[in-house]
Amino acid sequence: MIDYINAITLLANYIIVPSLAYGSQLALGALGITMVYAVLRFSNFAHGEIMSFGTMISIFIIWLFQSIGISINPLPTALLALPFSITATIILLLILDKTVFRYYQQQRVQPVTFMIVSVGVMFFLAGFIRFLIGTSKKNFDDGERFIVKASQFKQMTGLAEGLSIRTTQAITVIVTILLVIFIFWFLNKTRTGKSMRAFSDNEDLALLSGINPERVIIITWILVGVLASVAGTLYGLDKGYKPFVYLQLVLPIFAAAIVGGVGNPIGAVAGGYIIAFSEAFITFAYKRFLTYLLPKEWAPEGLVQILSTEYKFAISFVLLVIVLLVRPTGLFRGKTL
Amino acid sequence: MKLWNQKSNKKVFLLFALMSGALLIVGFFQSWNLMLAILNLCLISAVMSLGVNLQWGYAGLFNAGIMGFAALGGLAAMLVTKAPVIGAWHAGGFGILLGMFILVVSAILAYFVWVRLEGRGKKRYWYVIFIVVIGYIISRFVLGPAIISIESFEPSSSGYLGGAGLPVLLSWFVGGLLAALVAFFIGRITLGLRSDYLAIATLGISEIVIFIFKNEDWLTRGVKNVTGIPRPVPYEIELQSSIWFQNLSEYIGIGVIQASSLFVKLCYTSLFLSVLLILLWLCEKALNSPWGRMMRAIRDNETAASAMGKDVTSRHLQIFVIGSAIVGIAGAMLVTLDGQFNPTIYHPLRFTFLIWVMVIVGGSGNNFGAILGGFVVWFFWIEAEIIGNALVQILTLPLSDSSSLKEHFLNTAPQLRLLIMGLVLLLFLRFAPRGVIPEKTLRKLSE
Repeated sequence: MIDYINAITLLANYIIVPSLAYGSQLALGALGITMVYAVLRFSNFAHGEIMSFGTMISIFIIWLFQSIGISINPLPTALLALPFSITATIILLLILDKTVFRYYQQQRVQPVTFMIVSVGVMFFLAGFIRFLIGTSKKNFDDGERFIVKASQFKQMTGLAEGLSIRTTQAITVIVTILLVIFIFWFLNKTRTGKSMRAFSDNEDLALLSGINPERVIIITWILVGVLASVAGTLYGLDKGYKPFVYLQLVLPIFAAAIVGGVGNPIGAVAGGYIIAFSEAFITFAYKRFLTYLLPKEWAPEGLVQILSTEYKFAISFVLLVIVLLVRPTGLFRGKTL
Repeated sequence: MKLWNQKSNKKVFLLFALMSGALLIVGFFQSWNLMLAILNLCLISAVMSLGVNLQWGYAGLFNAGIMGFAALGGLAAMLVTKAPVIGAWHAGGFGILLGMFILVVSAILAYFVWVRLEGRGKKRYWYVIFIVVIGYIISRFVLGPAIISIESFEPSSSGYLGGAGLPVLLSWFVGGLLAALVAFFIGRITLGLRSDYLAIATLGISEIVIFIFKNEDWLTRGVKNVTGIPRPVPYEIELQSSIWFQNLSEYIGIGVIQASSLFVKLCYTSLFLSVLLILLWLCEKALNSPWGRMMRAIRDNETAASAMGKDVTSRHLQIFVIGSAIVGIAGAMLVTLDGQFNPTIYHPLRFTFLIWVMVIVGGSGNNFGAILGGFVVWFFWIEAEIIGNALVQILTLPLSDSSSLKEHFLNTAPQLRLLIMGLVLLLFLRFAPRGVIPEKTLRKLSE
């Protein structure tokens, strides 16, 4: 019996807790991409850099607070910095909308042209961010590091396996839940949210019924700004901030959005967790897990790992390809908000 | 009918003359060595953007996986030229071959099952998944020990299977073929999809290719790099010790060391230039043939072209394969020039999106435009470092020299090149979406 509990604790420690946190970050990112897709109808390659921008602002604010001695110990200062970075990201997106995206929206260009424009924005932002903050890795998780330490857990329960939950992981999950609830409430219950959904469902019909397209687009960018800066800051808090990682993060985020059904917010959230959990389950070495469960003679010799950890990104991609081939609309039949 | 007239001819000539002028300025004011180094990479960039121009300019396909095809070409350059490591082959060659054989057989089996069970609903998926998973598990049992024994064979100097030990120029063809082969499979899977799915899928595949190269040490030595890839041109040391070259450098009146380095670079330049000219000739021929007109017809209106009986998907596949092959050739050329294969140099911004900037700035749909774009963008990519540095110097003038902020910005100044490239791309898309040398259209011709 104790073996089973040990095995489950092992899984919880190495797969469930980290994947919940990572999945939340992906879910928020995918939600942002999906909203841009649903309303403006293009795949936004710059989303990773927008997340990176929000994180950078958070870091600057955190440095400022730390230098004047403001903190909310035991919680990380990042929570205090979030409102500022959200505001900055929204301002950035509105400026980008005004100077770059609006023109193409009015011209009703092909989605692929829009996508190239977003590549240009990605380049610009990447240069801007790296120029301001440099390329080296920055850790900004202050405050209490752990809610439950592995050693404490072992003492408390007397199990052979420890379970550690970091503060950043818990915060990530809680913030994500709150934000996702807010977004869904906004889309389904408020008048503005309903007009957004109508716009994404059928643009011409929405225009005929008197919905102001500019207002819908501005609200979309505001929501995207909130989602992107929170997602970026949480990811940086959890794993450390490194500008070029955010460029690579675009791929699993796109995968999450498409697996769930691009344009569908429920799909985006589900997709984020699907990607995170499959990455963890496929790259986990099951040796210790099986040693607990199987009789002694059957204990495996190798690592019993399906794919080595380096190929994490490949998994999100393979899932993406499978979904595109088998069910191109995604698991939740995407297209409109 | 020839889509070519006197006026645009003159403009193209003028623009290329300006470009040469810029290179000459670098030669006079910085150094001839630097100028030739820039020129060589300009030529390689031009070949890459020629390939991408085929895909985007002729067919309207957004390939975001250029980096992967360039790396495949580079891999070919390494595998063709390096001498085989006999010991490693003895240690695990058979296992690798057997494992690969099992993988290929299971893939073929899965494909046949997929085709045969057409229209039988969900069963088809389960059979295919079952075959692939079983094949993968069996191959892992064979490959695992083979890989370990190969990687533990003299890990400091080899630890990989080595290559075929063939001449390096052959590897450029092989690089093209390898990229074409991979492009064929990717195209089969993704070309039926919408344009933005194609972009995301190719972006993903290119990342995976790089991940594989970084981690499969038995094939590529991973991040330990393969150095000393043989050259198609003489080595500087050989030149410096040969009598005829000493006489030559004395005759020109520059030091023998500098002369040898210039000579080697010039050899590369002539090789790359001939590849570029051959490819340009072929592309021009293709563009002005019925095939080229069909491609543009498909790009401009897929529905109409398909109603006229053109097989859109297979034409797309064809041009996707050809364009990727050209990128593969350029990748092989790049590794040949560097003399080493290092999977860590491949970054999407530099190897995928920069090429896109080249094509769009130069003029998509026009081969001369793509080549000019390759030259101009690469030139500024290099020189942007100097521009960025100067810009930071001016902006931080009010700060004192010892200020840490100034030091920080001088350190990060090279990153400004990304910003400048983004700005250039956005400005072109907005104000000159057809590029510096626009595509030649019939209406233009009649004017």
